[in-house]
Amino acid sequence: MPSKRKLFQTALIALIYLLVWEAVSLLVGKELLLPSPISTLSRLAVLLTKGETWLFSGLTLLRIMTGYAIGVVSGVLLAVLTARSQFAEALLSPLRAIVKTSPVTSFILLALLWLSSDMVPLVISILMVVPMVWTATAEAILQTDIRLIEMGKMFGLTKWQIVKKIFVPSVLPQFLAACTTSLGFAWKSGVAAEIIALPKQSIGYMLYQSKLRIETTDLFAWTLMIVALSMLLEWLLVRGMRRIRHDT
Amino acid sequence: MIHNVISLKNITKTFGGHAVLNNFSAEIPLCGVTVIRGASGAGKTTLFRLLMGLEKPDSGEIHGIEGKKSAVVFQEDRLLPWSTALENAALGSDESRAKEALVRLGLGDNLCQLPRELSGGMNRRVAIARALAFDGDILFLDEPFTGLDEENKKIAADAMREANIPILVITHDDAEADLFGAYCEIRID
Repeated sequence: MPSKRKLFQTALIALIYLLVWEAVSLLVGKELLLPSPISTLSRLAVLLTKGETWLFSGLTLLRIMTGYAIGVVSGVLLAVLTARSQFAEALLSPLRAIVKTSPVTSFILLALLWLSSDMVPLVISILMVVPMVWTATAEAILQTDIRLIEMGKMFGLTKWQIVKKIFVPSVLPQFLAACTTSLGFAWKSGVAAEIIALPKQSIGYMLYQSKLRIETTDLFAWTLMIVALSMLLEWLLVRGMRRIRHDT
Repeated sequence: MIHNVISLKNITKTFGGHAVLNNFSAEIPLCGVTVIRGASGAGKTTLFRLLMGLEKPDSGEIHGIEGKKSAVVFQEDRLLPWSTALENAALGSDESRAKEALVRLGLGDNLCQLPRELSGGMNRRVAIARALAFDGDILFLDEPFTGLDEENKKIAADAMREANIPILVITHDDAEADLFGAYCEIRID
């Protein structure tokens, strides 16, 4: 449980940011350019009373998190494959380099040509997550202390026991760090993909509509919604990871 | 065929063009304690690795060790940093044997501690306990007493002897070798 002091500090920091935002908003003096925190939060409160807000947010979450989960699993499988086989590493590393270095918008536009708009955010999330989890996990596998593996063999551990007792705990910290980092990337890129691909029931579509109708307060309210969901996801992930670390 | 010696014939092992063992031959008795001696870099640890099957000789033959399980105290502790003393000691056996070995070595109060929470000497004793708890046919000890005080050296040597299996030990120290009582000696030059 966070201490009272910590809670107070968090509340104070939030208040400072809100005051700075309010001050800048007053300075600008145009809600169209920079809505005040009060009008943004009021608009968010209204949005939260609408069923479609929850539906669209849920569907956005579903698309991105499905892509994220597929990306994590694929990243681990590719890491195991490329760490075990130099040929697989030589064959697949150019693909990893292309995905890592190409602008995400190129992939969004390509995906839009090949896939339905609902599938684009999911595929983009996968593409964001795979290289991160793949690279970190493969490196961690290769860095596993060979002397411990040798020791495990000498003490009669089976291949599965060596994986469970030596490889998994050794790889886990880097793997979990990659999972946390890539979650943020999947979320941001997934929403960006929604804004371009415009699946009808999505946060991205609502953001685009706000921009189209020059409803800046709506734009800010939906952005706050995205930030809140992202923070919630990260919080849940970190809690889950603590549990995994504790159990391992 | 029953062997009561490990027979090494004309063993050569090279690393990066440098012959660590060159045409080395010896017979190691499969009973009691055998101390392997030699200067640093003479190939003692390489000999151990060949006997344990962790390396293959470039040429030569090794007989008499086939199918035997090696319980090892490596030169380094090789403990799992994420596992407790008990989990480490029980790696190749079960918890009751591991606990018994740890208690015997004076670590009964440290069963649930991680290697980073233990001193160097305590970690060494965990590594020894792991080898003692393992149901091995031969006990390989590579500088087993590193970091131990005199009292714990004696306790560990007694526990090793009581395991009642052939012991092969690398040590530079005559006093440490004497802890085992009577022993054979093999010299690598």
